[in-house]
Amino acid sequence: MSSELLLDLKDVSVAFGGGIGSKAPFVALENLNLSIASNRPEIVAVAGESGSGKTTLGRVVLGLLQPTAGSVAFEGADVWHSGAARTKSFRRAVQAVFQDPFSVFNPFYPVDHLLRGPLEAFGIARDRATQLELMTSALRQVGLKPDQVFGRYPHQLSGGQRQRIVVARALMLRPKLIVADEPVSMIDASLRANVLTNLAALRDEHGISIIYITHDLATARQVSDRLFVLYRGRAVEVGAASDVIGSPKHPYTQLLMSSIPRPDPENPWPALSGVKGEIGTSDRRACVFVDRCPHRMPICATQPRLMETDPGRHVACHLYAPPGDTGHESAPLKMQVHEG
Amino acid sequence: MSGPLLEIRDLSVSYRLGQLQARAVDGLSLTLERGERLGIVGESGSGKSTLALALMRLHKPPAMIESGEVKLGGTDILRLSKEELRRFRWSEISLIPQGAMNSLNPVLRVRQQMADTIRAHRRDLGGKQIRRRIDELLQRVGLDAKVAELYPHELSGGMKQRVCIALAIVLEPKLIIADEPTSALDVVVQRTVIETLKDVQAQIGAALIMIGHDMGLMAQSVDHLAVMYAGRLVDVAPIKAFFTRPLHPYSQMLISSLPSPDETKPLAGIPGMQPSLTDLPSGCAFNPRCPVAQPVCRELVPALLELEPRRRAACHVAAEAYHVV
Repeated sequence: MSSELLLDLKDVSVAFGGGIGSKAPFVALENLNLSIASNRPEIVAVAGESGSGKTTLGRVVLGLLQPTAGSVAFEGADVWHSGAARTKSFRRAVQAVFQDPFSVFNPFYPVDHLLRGPLEAFGIARDRATQLELMTSALRQVGLKPDQVFGRYPHQLSGGQRQRIVVARALMLRPKLIVADEPVSMIDASLRANVLTNLAALRDEHGISIIYITHDLATARQVSDRLFVLYRGRAVEVGAASDVIGSPKHPYTQLLMSSIPRPDPENPWPALSGVKGEIGTSDRRACVFVDRCPHRMPICATQPRLMETDPGRHVACHLYAPPGDTGHESAPLKMQVHEG
Repeated sequence: MSGPLLEIRDLSVSYRLGQLQARAVDGLSLTLERGERLGIVGESGSGKSTLALALMRLHKPPAMIESGEVKLGGTDILRLSKEELRRFRWSEISLIPQGAMNSLNPVLRVRQQMADTIRAHRRDLGGKQIRRRIDELLQRVGLDAKVAELYPHELSGGMKQRVCIALAIVLEPKLIIADEPTSALDVVVQRTVIETLKDVQAQIGAALIMIGHDMGLMAQSVDHLAVMYAGRLVDVAPIKAFFTRPLHPYSQMLISSLPSPDETKPLAGIPGMQPSLTDLPSGCAFNPRCPVAQPVCRELVPALLELEPRRRAACHVAAEAYHVV
């Protein structure tokens, strides 16, 4: 039953542009399905290179962007049809942690301001004593000493500390879901572990599910339960994070894994097997990876659907089509435009 | 000529902020051999980008070079006149700045920008020769000659970065400094760009200083690694030795804090944070975060000592283990 799902994205597509007389629309996300159960909090990593649609996906989940096609349901209610996307309760239940911990703070206010703001906006606590209590406990939970934070200005704190304050801020609102878009990519390596450990604690101790958007498969492996690999707007491989990263099946996931520079001079990059190149073809009837794929076949001129290869493991690649199954996507992509 | 290509001796660069003074590069000494690749890593604010700019005297106030020597092939860059410096830059030493791909002029075609650079330094070349040189350079960095007729916005990030590499080798310098050359690129493109950079550097026989924070990338790219912390060099080692047996506690913790894509293991960070350059702790700047700190570490700044051939570390504890005091 759908009410058991915290989040349910069905066939979500997002296209930009493409009005009358202009060029073909740019497809940022195509037929994406992603659901998270209410009773089983998890960290779902969404990985891909720039232009893969991972940030678009985050904005759809946050209710900041209405998909061109498909539906987004939160706790069983369609957020756009029911108007939930604009309600305070939805805004409170789904929180965001963004990439840049330097631009979310107003440099003219002490950082308390960022913590107190949502308490007042959502009417959680209006008197100073209660506010202080909530702020103190949230800061403690992300491993910060409140007296190191209160009264300080953003420039006096490290990127890691700032990002943990953003996490503490989200935590105070008792959200059910957090979208963390590249939360550690701008933080020094030595401080990343703290922020990621905080995110894992939100899941384990507070039952909060997290969508962890990243380009870094190494951290995705360490903190996430499930992994979606996106390429040019499509999910090309989905499964348990350790399985997908440990034994990637899709040629794109394999290319990503072999390109990660290992911190081991004795273990150099393996020879490139694929076709050299960067994001290229614009023909969306073909497999999105066809122009870079070393295993290209005639059938790859058609878009493969996500096929289950093992329980919980899906790969969108004709190499894994079961015998007798063409692996084609059944229905052609429909784009409908919602009335504004 | 004998001797190292680059000799940096006791270089100090500071920023003046009113009454405060922050020494972003503090008494740094380094040598680099011809054709060698050196990586410099450090957290943000450790002084690595300031060092890169100071080596070319491209730093701007409030940064100023307090003291030191930067000798490239025997010439002290810090003593050159403005005109000498202008000729020296790019022909002897070139820089691929951080976010280089955004440094391309958006209203000029690639050919025009490359031709300007060549013309500024090689008045002897005619239009045809310049044209041929540009085509050859683009080919060297793995780009089609057609790219020369495009504007920067028509290129992908990786292609723009290749154009910047081509610009850096226009005059076949003896030293290329690359500051975070792939920081905004995806892993797949990052790899091809780094391999291109290494290829052209080897072809023209230049030395390379690569500045960054990605330890994995360094392991794949350089021969020697230097670690900076709070403006000082704390560890210098051949790359293999650095990863198999790091001598400085900071290096040890940096390596163990790297998340691995190949196994699931608990995340380990380094507690605390890098001190502010205007408020350094007494003694070793790393002592508040160091798990093996001794009383002496809170009193004396450790010197960068040669503990093994071509391996230096600035750590009292490591020095004691080597009976060097």
